[in-house]
Amino acid sequence: MEILVCIKRVPLSGAKFSLTADGRDIDTSRLGFTVSPHEECAVEVAVRLVEQHGGSTTVLSLGVEDAEEQIRDALAVGIDEGILLVTDGEEWDAQATAGAIVDAIAESGKSFDLILFGNESADASGNQVGIRVAHALSRPTLSGLKGVQVSDGVLVGERPAGSVREVFEVSLPAVATVKDGAAIPRYPSVPGRIRAKKKPVHRSTPTRPLSLLAKQSVSVPESVGKQTKILGSGPEGISALVDVFRSIGVI
Amino acid sequence: MLLVIVDQDRGVLDELSLQAITFANSVDPSAPLVGLVVGASGREVADTLGRFGFTDVYLATAPDLNDYSAAACGRAAAELVSTLAPTAVIAIGSQRGNEILAHLGAILGLPVATECTSLSLGSPTHVVRARWAGNLMESAELHGSPAICSVVSHLAPPAAAMNQTALVTEFFPNFTDTDLAGQVRSRIAESEGGTSLADAKVIVSGGRGVGAEGFGPLEELAHLLAGTVGCSRVVTSAGWRPHAEQVGQTGTKVAPDLYIACGISGATQHLAGCRNSKTIVAINTDPDSPIMAVADYAIVGDLHQILPALVAATRTARGI
Ligand SMILES: Cc1cc2nc3c(=O)[nH]c(=O)nc-3n(C[C@H](O)[C@H](O)[C@H](O)COP(=O)(O)OP(=O)(O)OC[C@H]3O[C@@H](n4cnc5c(N)ncnc54)[C@H](O)[C@@H]3O)c2cc1C
Ligand SMILES: Nc1ncnc2c1ncn2[C@@H]1O[C@H](COP(=O)(O)O)[C@@H](O)[C@H]1O
Repeated sequence: MEILVCIKRVPLSGAKFSLTADGRDIDTSRLGFTVSPHEECAVEVAVRLVEQHGGSTTVLSLGVEDAEEQIRDALAVGIDEGILLVTDGEEWDAQATAGAIVDAIAESGKSFDLILFGNESADASGNQVGIRVAHALSRPTLSGLKGVQVSDGVLVGERPAGSVREVFEVSLPAVATVKDGAAIPRYPSVPGRIRAKKKPVHRSTPTRPLSLLAKQSVSVPESVGKQTKILGSGPEGISALVDVFRSIGVI
Repeated sequence: MLLVIVDQDRGVLDELSLQAITFANSVDPSAPLVGLVVGASGREVADTLGRFGFTDVYLATAPDLNDYSAAACGRAAAELVSTLAPTAVIAIGSQRGNEILAHLGAILGLPVATECTSLSLGSPTHVVRARWAGNLMESAELHGSPAICSVVSHLAPPAAAMNQTALVTEFFPNFTDTDLAGQVRSRIAESEGGTSLADAKVIVSGGRGVGAEGFGPLEELAHLLAGTVGCSRVVTSAGWRPHAEQVGQTGTKVAPDLYIACGISGATQHLAGCRNSKTIVAINTDPDSPIMAVADYAIVGDLHQILPALVAATRTARGI
């Protein structure tokens, strides 16, 4: 089985984002980078499926040259090769991204049985690149999966919906978008990291089409300036907290 | 005219979809509202939608469409768009709403703006939308017609019922085999008992500071407060707790009456899931951790000392 996984490099910040001077983007000069947990799970699902059924895996990212770091992270946990579609850092909207991925698939000469995406990217939250790629390739898609199995050429997916889990089945070749929780991602081992350095990463430089969803500016929402009441340090705060429980009616 | 996609599951109206109606009304109060319901099981839902201000409701059915399929909903919407030419197509920003719009956008070759908080129609249309699960807002131009967008959940109240009826028209989209292949095939009841995270009134949530073995007192406290246990992503990725308990951007978004964050630093991605809680209590050794800035009450200290004593004090207060 040949599997492709698509991942996006995004800044990692635990605190409030600061913006660039022109207000058009996040100031990433002091931030680390990562991929969405959904995509980490997609990578793990791909590696597990190939461990189970044999085959090979490819990871693809459209992003700046430094996105090689996220590709190498995926290679370190068992993905076989990488494709980096190099951009100049300008934002590509979901349609443009899907188009570039479809072109890269054609160029790779491979006929991937399964193409995996995150349900949504961490930053843009478009919820759509995978579904757009599926339509361009006339393939069935299952989205938002928290369970992915393959048996006898059939993709079986499931996801929680209220008090039940919905189960879907489509024949391969297919596209699936997965969510955090679909599999616990493994940590890269030291030998894995070393092997990753030698794995091939193919590059190409697609041309960005005009954005039909064009970002103009960003802003950080006002936090609801809460007055935090410190009830105490250590156990001395406990009786005050029990009073809070009483006053808000939970005991 | 504005087209609103109203989700239903085996004949039960999705209550969140009523927020999309309110949002559509705010976008253009003078435009007629047309609703789309997909699946024969939605017939009764379609019949009652007039109450929410629709002039017309379209019901898409097919003999081979027996359950929910995102692709089929997208196809049905695409056919309505080509016959009715609405100025916008609006759905709620739920998993289903967003994926249906993605199919619609892909079929029509149009952009889709998800998670919008405001929409002003024009050429181009201007949208404000949430990125990073609401930690960053984006102003953007949305080109092409119709404007396809989903509205952030819980932005707008549900549409109020009025004394009005709509004309319901059944139609039969040309579903492809691929559209129909993506239907729900079966459902499995979730085995977990007790209250689910999304519905809990009290959540006692633990992060890295709790440790692999430290969740016992959190469970006890949750039990005493008739609530449930939640956790951060560090905890689920270490395998300490099941993923179903994860709160945050890629976990569950919760809004309980009381959220007690124990040993959780309050990363933006975690706050994206719990910020709307009515009261937030933080228990943390670090007085400068970001959770302190969103907490209503805090105890600075070691949760391993505080929690057992808090359990005992709560038990005493409840007289048990
Ligand atoms: C795109 C994206 C999506 C994400 N989605 C989610 C998500 O859905 N949910 C989520 O939770 N995270 C998510 N994350 C991860 C997030 O960025 C943080 O890494 C994570 O929330 C941190 O978990 P934590 O607070 O448990 O751990 P830490 O950040 O390590 O914090 C531990 C805290 O415990 C305190 N502490 C330590 N010991 C004690 C003690 N004895 N007593 C009291 N306090 C103590 C420390 O002071 C510290 O504040 C996401 C990340 C990305 C990039
Ligand atoms: N620049 C990119 N490079 C590779 N994959 C991407 C890129 N942008 C989005 N994706 C994939 O598409 C999914 C959905 O993205 P979105 O439609 O932006 O929410 C992500 O989880 C990734 O798997």
